[in-house]
Amino acid sequence: MILVYADHDRGVVDPLTFQALTFARNIDSDVHAVLIGGASTGLNPISAAAELGEYGAQVVVIADISGYADYAPLAAARVLVERLVATGATTLIAASSPRGNEVLAHVAAITDRPFTADCYRITAGEPHKIVRARWAGNLEEDVDVYSDVLIATVFPHSTQASTHPAPGIIQEITATVSERDLSVQVLKRVGAATGGVTLPEAKVIVSGGRGMGGPEGFGILEEIAGALGGAVGCTRVVTSAGWRPHSEQVGQTGTKVAPDLYLACGISGATQHLAGCKNSKTLIAINSDPDATIMSHADYIIVGDVAQILPLVLQEIHAALSVTHTS
Amino acid sequence: MDIAVCVKRVPLVGSTFILNDDSMSIDTSRIGATLSPHEENAVEAAVRLIEAHGGSITLFSVGSAESLEQLREQLAIGADRAVLIETDGAEVDSQAAAAMLAQAINQDATSFDLILLGSESVDSGGYQTGIRISHALGLPVVTNVKGLSCEQGTATCERAVGTSREVYEVNLPAVITVLDGLNIPRYPSVPGRIKARKKPIDQVTITIPAPTSVRTSLRVPVSTSKGATNLGSGQEAAKALIDVFKQIGVMQ
Repeated sequence: MILVYADHDRGVVDPLTFQALTFARNIDSDVHAVLIGGASTGLNPISAAAELGEYGAQVVVIADISGYADYAPLAAARVLVERLVATGATTLIAASSPRGNEVLAHVAAITDRPFTADCYRITAGEPHKIVRARWAGNLEEDVDVYSDVLIATVFPHSTQASTHPAPGIIQEITATVSERDLSVQVLKRVGAATGGVTLPEAKVIVSGGRGMGGPEGFGILEEIAGALGGAVGCTRVVTSAGWRPHSEQVGQTGTKVAPDLYLACGISGATQHLAGCKNSKTLIAINSDPDATIMSHADYIIVGDVAQILPLVLQEIHAALSVTHTS
Repeated sequence: MDIAVCVKRVPLVGSTFILNDDSMSIDTSRIGATLSPHEENAVEAAVRLIEAHGGSITLFSVGSAESLEQLREQLAIGADRAVLIETDGAEVDSQAAAAMLAQAINQDATSFDLILLGSESVDSGGYQTGIRISHALGLPVVTNVKGLSCEQGTATCERAVGTSREVYEVNLPAVITVLDGLNIPRYPSVPGRIKARKKPIDQVTITIPAPTSVRTSLRVPVSTSKGATNLGSGQEAAKALIDVFKQIGVMQ
């Protein structure tokens, strides 16, 4: 059997977990998901288990830890280590998210086993044959991993989540961890959500690079994103220059996204940036340089100055929306 | 406070990757090298903490003698000394690298209050070195940190989640791994470079633990280029773009 660490944020299961479940099912159909934290975290066991069952979890373990209020990575890892021993599972999978990688790296460190992040494909064996991302997916690596228990995370959006209804039988356990294991945990949150669409959830991302010329260039991107119900993104150069907040950075060291539409404006297409947006369903690039790297990765291109094209685009969007509204 | 920062030399790749003929590594003969990005932020964070609180910064790196170039650069930015755990330059897996760094930090004469790393390296992207070092040294660890302050033996760390930030507090000594966006790293000054020439770099050797992850091949993924459709220019392009938006369902 195979264990999947199902991350949740105050009761909301991370959608990447559904990709991890789909990935795990392809290795072994006997998939058990593990949710950490009881009702104190805001988790609704019945609805969470139903959701995970929908994506193939035969069993959903819900571990209630005394003193676990929100997210405490080391405590979560202790429970997974205990579950590995108790179940004899030979594989532990999670989504490659900040938390998935963190918790599994703790498990690997505690048990002195290798940990393989950002996997595309796994063929279990001795050794395990793994295809994984390096340079955030700009390179693919074949790697032989020697371990009795395979601990690995799944590269975001490399596996499409698909449903495969399974019972999702709830198995509630209580776990005790040391005070030390709880010493690193979320104490509070600051900077409440702005109410806008966040990058990971946005269906449309309108993104700008150095070619936007300065912070004032992003006004029109906000307008276009607003009209399409999307979010604004940007490149590393833009955040380093202080034009936009780091929370909007798309790329290897920012957020990795996979929206329906990624509109790249004045972006050259450095590997760092492409690593974060190349899984977009449709990538459209607007750039004055027809030879810019981004142009060869796009589905549609417009060669031209963003300062001239974007106002026309906004005008056409408004025209199209007003027709829709009056008809 | 005394701070250790673990750093890694990586190839400075632009927009294309060229591999060696054996498909095992990047051809670095025509490109330069740099520090893995998050680690520039780790060094900058260390320099700011020392400016505020006083103390020392020691760099640790696993790599070939070529890594001296990156260590000198960071000494010029404000680190005081460096320890290079010298290898022949061949890939060392994350588990082994963490064990070597932990050993070097442990046997160093300085007892560190804070050990900083990047959250993950840009090349191998293993997301584990800092966490493994924390376990080896019996210290707490906070990862993915984008806001950091230290007061009276406690580090307050912020970590971005969506549009808000999670706050963690940890007693020092601790390991903290940071992300790009924590700060804007400074460039070395000319006096900084001159001073760096005289700063000590210890070159030590540590037996590399047996690998548990062994690369068998490396490749550039098949291009995702779909042969872009050119939508033209001017007003005509703007109209065509709206048609595409409707076609893919992002507009009614």
